[in-house]
Amino acid sequence: MIDALRERKFLQFILLVIVFILMCMFVPATDGSWLWRLPPLFANFPVWINDSVDYLMFDWWLVDVYDPDIEEYEKQPVMRQITRGVSGFVLFMIEFVREIILGGVKTIVTFTGWDWATENQWARWPGLPWTVVAAGAMILGYALSGTGLALFAGFTFIYIAVFGQWEPSMQTLSFVLIAAPTAIFIGLVFGVLGYKSKVVETILNPILNVAQIMPHFSYLIPVMVFFGIGDHAGAIATIIFATPPMVRLTILGLKKVPPEVKEAGLMSGCTDWQLLRRVLIPTARRDILIGVNQVIMQCLAMVVIASLIGAKGLGNDLLIALNRLRIGLALEIGICIVLIAIVLDRLSLAWANKQTDYFADQSFKERHKHFIWFLIAFGIGVVVAWIGSFIFKEGFNYLYLVPHNKGITTGPFWQAGVDWLWDTFFYTLKGFNEWFIVDVLIPVKNAFLGMPVIATFTLAMGTGFIVGGIRSALIVGGYLLFIALTEWWDRALITSYLMTMAVIISGFIGIVMGTLCAQHPTSSKILLTWCDTFQTFPSFIYLIPVMMLFGVTDTSVLIAIVVYATIPAARYTVVGLQSVPEALHDAGSMSGVNRFQRWVSIELPLSFPHMALGINQTVVFALAMVVIGALIGTDDLGQLILGSLSDRQGVGNGLVLGFCVAFIGLAIDQILRTWADKRKEALGIE
Amino acid sequence: MKLRTPKLIRPLVVAGCVSLMSVAGVAKAADSTQPIVIPIHNWSSQVVMAYVIGGIFEKMGANVEYTPADTQAVYESIRNGDVTISHEVWQSTFGKSFYNAMAKGGVIDAGTHSATTLEEMGVPTWVIDEGLCPGLPNWEALKDCHENFTTPDSGGKGRWLEGPQSWHGDLMPERLEALGLADKWVVKFAGGADALWTELAAAKKEKRGTVVFNWTPNFTDADGFTFIEFPPYKDGCRIADGGDGTCGSPKGWLKKAANYKFPKTHPAAYTAFTKVDFSTTQIGQMAALVDVDKLDHKDAAAKWLADNEDVWMPWTK
Repeated sequence: MIDALRERKFLQFILLVIVFILMCMFVPATDGSWLWRLPPLFANFPVWINDSVDYLMFDWWLVDVYDPDIEEYEKQPVMRQITRGVSGFVLFMIEFVREIILGGVKTIVTFTGWDWATENQWARWPGLPWTVVAAGAMILGYALSGTGLALFAGFTFIYIAVFGQWEPSMQTLSFVLIAAPTAIFIGLVFGVLGYKSKVVETILNPILNVAQIMPHFSYLIPVMVFFGIGDHAGAIATIIFATPPMVRLTILGLKKVPPEVKEAGLMSGCTDWQLLRRVLIPTARRDILIGVNQVIMQCLAMVVIASLIGAKGLGNDLLIALNRLRIGLALEIGICIVLIAIVLDRLSLAWANKQTDYFADQSFKERHKHFIWFLIAFGIGVVVAWIGSFIFKEGFNYLYLVPHNKGITTGPFWQAGVDWLWDTFFYTLKGFNEWFIVDVLIPVKNAFLGMPVIATFTLAMGTGFIVGGIRSALIVGGYLLFIALTEWWDRALITSYLMTMAVIISGFIGIVMGTLCAQHPTSSKILLTWCDTFQTFPSFIYLIPVMMLFGVTDTSVLIAIVVYATIPAARYTVVGLQSVPEALHDAGSMSGVNRFQRWVSIELPLSFPHMALGINQTVVFALAMVVIGALIGTDDLGQLILGSLSDRQGVGNGLVLGFCVAFIGLAIDQILRTWADKRKEALGIE
Repeated sequence: MKLRTPKLIRPLVVAGCVSLMSVAGVAKAADSTQPIVIPIHNWSSQVVMAYVIGGIFEKMGANVEYTPADTQAVYESIRNGDVTISHEVWQSTFGKSFYNAMAKGGVIDAGTHSATTLEEMGVPTWVIDEGLCPGLPNWEALKDCHENFTTPDSGGKGRWLEGPQSWHGDLMPERLEALGLADKWVVKFAGGADALWTELAAAKKEKRGTVVFNWTPNFTDADGFTFIEFPPYKDGCRIADGGDGTCGSPKGWLKKAANYKFPKTHPAAYTAFTKVDFSTTQIGQMAALVDVDKLDHKDAAAKWLADNEDVWMPWTK
């Protein structure tokens, strides 16, 4: 019996569950009991963080700074001067790109001052006509990849102009054009450092983990306190959010470079820099490019959130549209965001994939033909805009700039679609919704809240122990202990309940869809494109129709989470199934299995580790959405994170709550990842 | 022609700088040319009013900049000087954030609009017309009609959909308790204003009764919204202030806030800003230009400014 237990992990797990259930049944729910709930020893933690931040930002190392506007010296803390310096620089960069496209006065002001710019009203930088920008994008697409990309880029920019979203889109674009390259650059630098030094990697790892899982809302307030409000703050929050995958994938890619390649480089006499620049990075290109793709997707996924701390552009317009329940308008804006994401992604991929042709012997005209085309397009665009100023005498020159919200709109069409959805499905869904809430959600929620703290610890640490030994058990226990000692354990249980439900549903849908689509290359390609689309499509938009259909209930919250969290489950399933070696398929077929048997006994077990990572990512995505779900109305950690925006202790609360959410994710990550690694080893794949 | 080469600008910039240095000493009494930063939130009247006030400042020769900002977090930004003013400070929703920032220093109170605000639970007027709760708006009617206001997750009780808990804490649950309604009604906290409006739209389609937290002036006024009349508010009647909690919300103020440097840097603009005073009707007009006439926010502001010169002109004097 004991031997069997030692051998079979499955039996150990059953025993654990039995112990867990017994504890749930017999530990009484008394308030003073430590077995039921731990005392909130960390309750003051947020206050400490807050006080330190306040001290750092407002009281530490004061210096006299002369403010010419009020003609007085003011005590200003040094820290604030430094962070505002950074802000100013980032803002200048964003404004500079923005004004190249849209025109304005800020860049001129930077060099001359407001006084001068106010006196000389003629000194305004004119924007480019939209036709020129669109043509420029087309030429760029053509130069990098060919006709296909040129047409797509052209379509995107014309769509944006025609639908009257030109100004906000270009504001968003200029913001992304600074945030994304910065994130890519920082990611590359840290990735390379992490690759070169084991110490750096060990330090980076936990930071990346937390940064990736922490809900972005929770660091909005710290960013705002340190860097102020505006495009720069949005860009900085976006960079924090978008950099971790880049670092991860850079390290991964560089590690995969075969030693032979590296040695060949060294033998050719490369210096360190040359080795990196000419040998390592180009060889690791595939993984680094996935990193670039992720950075761009993450940047555009942040557009709406960033607008909460002052980023101008589509995100802000989207929030205003949603506040009036104008779903059609919001949808058009959402499509603009997705289109920009895809164009930038494809352009950057094409640029990175383009091989330099060292042997071409081209004339000046040949080498610069794309630039010359652009000059021609520029000339034509300017002339057309000039002619336009004669045609559209009153008001707006549509050939120069299609004004905001004065393009054509398909709003009424989408609105009708939502109405139709409501009329057709509401009463059917109502029954389902009632059943789901009364018979599934409420019991599950009560079960989660009815867990004594000792039982939760036993289950989590026990699972950790079975999967990864004492080390995993301690790590998982440590994460949970932090949450249990804050005053938000019950809230965290509700978050876990929402996340668990969402992960079960998303995991199921994702794996089924992934499996079906992976049967054919075309369908898997379509699925992966859908994944990209939904990852950048602002989740705020479908909150409203979902709320219309399911009311302000947990069902709506779950659906919103599931839509987003299914993406990684599906993506990793496809990748996992594709990574099963052909030879094994053939071996299976030769042993006479049919398609279904092959799937059950060969493909599924072999791709299980990959799928586990997919589920891992599903957990991360679900936790990220918990805060967005809070916009519908929940009583979990997410709601408190939203609340911290108005709180006096906002910085501390936001961060500690963010850590709580991140630690839930990390505890699960620890278990799933350890399990996946062991399985991979056992199966002998990478 | 709209395009100019940068080459042309450079010598002019230098010339401008030189000429400016000589004037700088004299021109100090006037407003600074640093832009006045006005926050933009996500509801129509606020956005239009931002452009209206910005328009007034611009007429006075000031530079103005608009920045999107979160409604609660904006007070911290005003305190730090990243945003210069806020022109819609609602008593019960933003009062806490406003006073918190004021206590830390850096925010000043720049006067009050004559519009009074009310933030209270209420029902869409059609709920009363349909007879879903006879006797409303008097609160005592709530004792007998909760069956018409149940939802799947309310456990058989009627549901009050309140704003996020961060807006007024446990005020509404405490009020239900104090008025003896707690066995018939339960409070659900929505996540944000969007959720409230969606609930209004969905309930109307379904013809289902709903009690929602709302405020006036708001765009919902146009569709008909009736606030429930609770026992009148007296100072200290709320449980949080030591009272018994059996009272409704007060008629609230609508204030203006500014960064403490604003009066020094822009004395003229600040004086005008303290005089800015909108009534409920005017705020309604601004919202209607966008929500009913479907104008763009900026166009709505321009139209309002053009139509109401006699209102705002005196403020600039």
